Amino acid sequence: MWQFFHRLSSPPYFYGFAGRLVPWLAVPAALLALAGLYGGLVLAPPDYQQGESYRIIFIHVPSAWMSLFIYMVMATAGAISLIWHIKLWEAVAVSSAPIGAAFTFLALVTGSLWGKPMWGTWWVWDARLTSELILLFLYLGVIALYGAVEDKRTAARAVAILALVGVVNIPIIHYSVEWWNTLHQGPTVTKFDAPSIHVSMLIPLLLMALACKLYYVVVLLVRVRHVLVDREQSSRWVAELVK
Amino acid sequence: MKRSLTRAFLFLLRRDLMLAYRRRAEAVNPLLFFVIVVTLFPLGVGANPNLLQTMAPGVIWVAALLAALLSLDSIFRSDFEDGSLEQFLLSAHPVSVLVLSKVSAHWLVTGAPLLLMAPILGVSLGLGGNVIWMLFLTLLIGTPVLSLVGAIGVGLTVGLRRGGMILALLVLPLYVPVLIFGSNAVEMAATGLPATAQLSILGALLALAAALAPLPTAAALRLSLS
Repeated sequence: MWQFFHRLSSPPYFYGFAGRLVPWLAVPAALLALAGLYGGLVLAPPDYQQGESYRIIFIHVPSAWMSLFIYMVMATAGAISLIWHIKLWEAVAVSSAPIGAAFTFLALVTGSLWGKPMWGTWWVWDARLTSELILLFLYLGVIALYGAVEDKRTAARAVAILALVGVVNIPIIHYSVEWWNTLHQGPTVTKFDAPSIHVSMLIPLLLMALACKLYYVVVLLVRVRHVLVDREQSSRWVAELVK
Repeated sequence: MKRSLTRAFLFLLRRDLMLAYRRRAEAVNPLLFFVIVVTLFPLGVGANPNLLQTMAPGVIWVAALLAALLSLDSIFRSDFEDGSLEQFLLSAHPVSVLVLSKVSAHWLVTGAPLLLMAPILGVSLGLGGNVIWMLFLTLLIGTPVLSLVGAIGVGLTVGLRRGGMILALLVLPLYVPVLIFGSNAVEMAATGLPATAQLSILGALLALAAALAPLPTAAALRLSLS
């Protein structure tokens, strides 16, 4: 078991392993997404309050979940790479940032699109929206830092430090924003007091969440492979690969 | 050993303060920036006294935050350029303690003057006596946090040729909690409510930042110099 993990940390082995794994994950991801979308957009009944507009949750909620999940993965990978100096985990941390930023952006855009018919405005300075926006800024900071440092090995370690600082700050930011919102403005947004969601909506939602997770893993593996090849340009296994 | 660490801390502090004293003109810049930014707001939103009074806590806090951000780069810049930073990293003392010393000196030079100017700006925006006292208190507790957290960002970007914009991008999201509790405490005081909760949280943030922030800063400096 441990031997397998040790071997997995070696870039050439991981390159091959990930390459073989990708189709096995990509196909289930696509199937789950299809099933989830069909269940969510066709089978699930319209909501008694929100009509058809609620259907955006099948994209919105999984994206919002992923946005936090990926930051945690990034910080964990960063910690591992800082502690044990494993190249593979540096690549994981670095490759996660753009995917996480994309999911965060998607969550914000879909939320905004949903807010227009529901709240009558594109944007509300609501606690959750604001902390999601700040999360996006944190991601963009990570991406900008990685792009700015010339030596990519150093850049990856800088990203790891920043991700760890961010992960300590995320709860603080989240709770301070919540505090700020509850004190500044009254509840202009009538909070839908979470009615226990119906099974016909819950199942497609969970399917979509699973599809998003698998999609993340697939894209992550592909990106990590690219980073590894780029990093190891001068090594023998890459030369043999190209040949 | 402990005594020599204290001595190193104080020595570095004195050295940085001396250097800042020799370059007095530079130290005034963040202060001027602070004053000018606050002056721009009445010009931009109109001179309605009520509006200015409501906006004052936020305006002064945002201006202080930007002034802190702008002055951050000078924490390590000159030491990075003349090579003394490498000497610090090579010294026998823990780098995080030296970082804490440098950040303290930096705050005394750039942060503390803001405290003295803020009450005057508060008066100009129509804040009352006890509100100004609260403003002073929140800035006193809050601006060191800005320096401490900002130092992490400076550590990461000091090796870059054009790190300024990236520094802002890295550091500003992390400033959000301080801004929220700082300006909120002043607003509370303006409406006559107690603001002990906000002050306590600001104090907690300061304790947390003072204890934790020097560690990633030291790691980042090592990285930037490797």
